[in-house]
Amino acid sequence: MTAVIRVKDVVFSYGGPVVLEDVHLDVEDGEFLGVVGPNAGGKSTLLRLMLGLLEPTAGSIEVGGREPSEGSRAIGYVPQYPPFARDFPITVEQTVLLGRLGTAHVIGGYSRGDRDIAARVMTETEILNIRNRRLNTLSGGQLQRVLLARALACEPKILMLDEPTANIDARMESDIFALLRQLNQRATIIVVSHDIGFISQYVRRVACVNRTLICHSTLAIDGKVIQDLYGGDVHMVEHAHA
Amino acid sequence: MEFFQALTQHAFLQHALLGGLLASIGCGVMGSYVVVKRIGFLAGGIAHAVLGGMGAAFFFGAEPMYGALIAAIIVALLIGWVTLGWRQQEDTLISAMWAVGMAAGILFISQTPGYQIDLMTYLFGNILLVTSKDLWLMMALDVVLLLLVMLFYRQFLAVAFDEEFARLRGVPVALFYMLLLCLVAVSVVLLIQIVGLILVIALLTLPAAIALHYVQTIGRMMIVATFLGALFCVSGLAVSYQPDLPAGATIILVAGVAYLLSTVLSSLRQRHRARAITSR
Repeated sequence: MTAVIRVKDVVFSYGGPVVLEDVHLDVEDGEFLGVVGPNAGGKSTLLRLMLGLLEPTAGSIEVGGREPSEGSRAIGYVPQYPPFARDFPITVEQTVLLGRLGTAHVIGGYSRGDRDIAARVMTETEILNIRNRRLNTLSGGQLQRVLLARALACEPKILMLDEPTANIDARMESDIFALLRQLNQRATIIVVSHDIGFISQYVRRVACVNRTLICHSTLAIDGKVIQDLYGGDVHMVEHAHA
Repeated sequence: MEFFQALTQHAFLQHALLGGLLASIGCGVMGSYVVVKRIGFLAGGIAHAVLGGMGAAFFFGAEPMYGALIAAIIVALLIGWVTLGWRQQEDTLISAMWAVGMAAGILFISQTPGYQIDLMTYLFGNILLVTSKDLWLMMALDVVLLLLVMLFYRQFLAVAFDEEFARLRGVPVALFYMLLLCLVAVSVVLLIQIVGLILVIALLTLPAAIALHYVQTIGRMMIVATFLGALFCVSGLAVSYQPDLPAGATIILVAGVAYLLSTVLSSLRQRHRARAITSR
């Protein structure tokens, strides 16, 4: 197995206290990695560093053997909070098509091939029937699927999702993770989640982030690991979502 | 009716009408970006600081519209640079440019020897003074604006909608953001002739804001906003003609009333829809 992402001795600070310290992580090709940890522990920051949206204070990151800013085109990204205004006049299909930017010609409109790929990923994420709807008419779950489809339209080798199910109900959460399991057959997946118990059903390895990073195989997750990660008494409740 | 009769007889009215229609293209296309990107304050900064360029051109004996165009582009680039680099002090710096540009313009105009121009013409515009030379300049600016927007529609959409995602897809966000501001600056210059630099922001945003109530995509928003801009210019001009009211101010009032009515209508429509959904 080869590492598609290599994080070496990374330190990061937003200018104040250190957010990440001596972080080392190799993400293997085809892996389904969960990133867990307490709030403000540095999970999203780690993801943004890997995307090249932030630069490490020290250490280095490689994506596909290149700088993150150059390698990020191989990544499909689903943000935790959509950074756009919900009332922006744009349809589902136009949003998904934005994933085709940077793949071909610079000038003019989308090609037939771009539209075919957009239609395929909308079918895969079950949003083809709402392709002409404006974003502000969608539910939280539908919007999440649109963002996933936009990420898939990039035809990514790596899919990164930041808390993809934070704002949706449990049923939708299971559906999205089932879809991610399928997508893992063709892409490496890194998913940030607050729900360690739930994602353990899907991922093979868990990166526990709380300023520092320690990786565990899913099987090794126990009460002690969780207590160390969250820094207090935390009970692990094994449960399955309906 | 008297307005339409006069239109067939007077060249200055025909110029005014053509000027209004040409300005509507800039107001519809770039106004849509200003509204969805929420950069009305930036556009206001550009519009007001332009007086510095107009004043300087007047002082040195050049055509004020060329001075306005150069100043608008320079201020747009400065504001873009400030926004990208110093986001936290953005409003202070834009306010400063806004005021300094106006102050420079007033000083230049006051120090220009000979005949003193009427400052009100620059501040509130005078559509009836549009010359055929102005019309050619407006047409050229419209062509440049439409060509760039058509060529880079996807990139402008990505930058206006989600800068972070655009950056991840390799779109040079800073370059397109700067270009977008420069095109807004060009639109401001187009509109200054019609309504003056004080009122320009209203004509840049109101037609687009009304269009946003009714359309699904930014492309349609541009078309509807252009049509509305043209409608407001023509009706404002027609209403102001007989009682000899200032045309620019009348155009803005017509647009303002239409926006108010549309906002009420749109909120009633939303409530009606929400009730229909809950009663199902």
